[in-house]
Amino acid sequence: MRGKKWSQFGQQLFFVGPATVFFTLMMIVPFLMGMYYSFTDWNGVSGNVIWVGFDNFRNIFTNDADFWSSFWFTLRFTLLGVVLTNLVGFFLAYFLTKPLKMRNALRTIFFMPNVIGGLLLGFIWQFIFIKGFSTLGDLTGWSFFQLPWLGDATTGFWAIVLVFIWQSSGYLMVVYIASLSNVSKDVLEAAEIDGATRFQVLRSIIAPLIMPAVTVCLFLSISWSFKMFDLNLSLTKGGPFKSTESVALNIYNEAFLNNRYGLGTAKALLFFLIVAIITIIQVRITKSKEVEA
Amino acid sequence: METKAKSRWNIATEIIMVVIAFIFLAPFYFLFVNSVKSFGEILSDAASWPTKFSWANYAKAWDLARFSEAFVNSLTITIISVLLISLISAMAAYRMVRADSKFNRVLLLLFVAAMVVPFQTIMIPVLKIVNVLGVNNSMIGLLIAYLGLNVPMAIFLFHGFIKSVPLEIEEAATVDGCNPITVFFRIVLPLLKPMLMTIIVLNALGIWNDYLLPSLILQSPNLRTIPLATFSFFGQYTKQWDLALPALVLGIAPIIVFYLFMQRYIVEGIAAGSVKG
Repeated sequence: MRGKKWSQFGQQLFFVGPATVFFTLMMIVPFLMGMYYSFTDWNGVSGNVIWVGFDNFRNIFTNDADFWSSFWFTLRFTLLGVVLTNLVGFFLAYFLTKPLKMRNALRTIFFMPNVIGGLLLGFIWQFIFIKGFSTLGDLTGWSFFQLPWLGDATTGFWAIVLVFIWQSSGYLMVVYIASLSNVSKDVLEAAEIDGATRFQVLRSIIAPLIMPAVTVCLFLSISWSFKMFDLNLSLTKGGPFKSTESVALNIYNEAFLNNRYGLGTAKALLFFLIVAIITIIQVRITKSKEVEA
Repeated sequence: METKAKSRWNIATEIIMVVIAFIFLAPFYFLFVNSVKSFGEILSDAASWPTKFSWANYAKAWDLARFSEAFVNSLTITIISVLLISLISAMAAYRMVRADSKFNRVLLLLFVAAMVVPFQTIMIPVLKIVNVLGVNNSMIGLLIAYLGLNVPMAIFLFHGFIKSVPLEIEEAATVDGCNPITVFFRIVLPLLKPMLMTIIVLNALGIWNDYLLPSLILQSPNLRTIPLATFSFFGQYTKQWDLALPALVLGIAPIIVFYLFMQRYIVEGIAAGSVKG
């Protein structure tokens, strides 16, 4: 009996041990340390860490216009990014589940931007916006291409949204395709025989049946756009004049450019709370709309 | 009559989709054609096919960005991390499903909760820990961090999958004299292959493309991964497009080739991973 207990303990240690050790070391402990540091004035260099209570948080709420403007940017970006990538992703998926000859090649192409990391994507698009667009502008005469794409706040914002759509909609397309191909052909045929229009089928039959995929896609796109960092860093660096600085970039700059690690962790903790609240609300709302097939 | 309208509709859809595909591919076209032009030609006309292919741009960028080194570094860290993440997560998830204790249930809850925590929230303390352990500026430090940060999702996905694996085969193997460890490695692990592929693919893409964590942990130029090498190269040669563009093509080429070969697994893996997630 005792031997059996020890063998259970040994197995627990052997199987669960390694993952738990690394997880504790790199997630649990840092998270707790972060809570502590957010109440200090730690600058990352000196060993002298002074407890400052709620000063960091007070500072963020009363005295940090940059943080709130980065927050506002992130909110606007998330809203547009989420809506547009889901629309494009769904649109692509909807048509690529039809019997098209080039279906597989098209799927491959639409997903391709997603395998490239955000950092390199940003640099690639920097060139497209600076040289590619101006050349297209000269060729076509369209003023759309002649805008100062990375040069001012409004177009800079749209530039990031555009690249984000290009990057992410292929991923959402894959999820929507998986879900759409599970919608039973019989039901669709029955609706067609009953004389339902394409739009009616989409709205009343397909949409409810693919709600689980909508939940997942909204969750993914919200967390991607809220946490956007690499693309932001390489495409605009938050400029011009911090107008396109995301929260993630703001935290990074606070810690590593201004050497305010304490303030940085305080912002990071707020960031976590906001991300958690938004995603929980979203999952709850969309889950409640899911139906049993 | 009806089928005729249907096929016409299909042809129209096909044409529209192909046009959209060309728009999707346009950035790659711009990137590639300009990477083999001279600097003057890039400035005068960024849209045309190159008059002369100057591959020398590539050779120069390759050397200046120290690409061979970066490629080896990226490959090493990605392969080792992905293998270890998959292994220790599969082991943990297996035990957590089969020994459904209170402790394991709380642990699973922690793993799931950790998936919501953005990396920015913990990155500063993670750096501190890496420094305290004395593994900053080393691949080992990066590896440890990747293991800790990536096991939650892998465990979550494995956990869901293992629940659907029948227990009977394991019991038969135990009767035949296997111990719990051999049962796992000989019987269970091979059964996990579909989910294993998903986790390998998702982690490989994520780690290969990661910029932030390596940039915080690795300082020596000879340890740079491809995103780090590209970043520093781009900083140095801003607006020198004849060098920057070949570097970008070199940076994306390995992952594009990987994607084209592994396409089926990547797409299936993502579909499977997201439905479970």
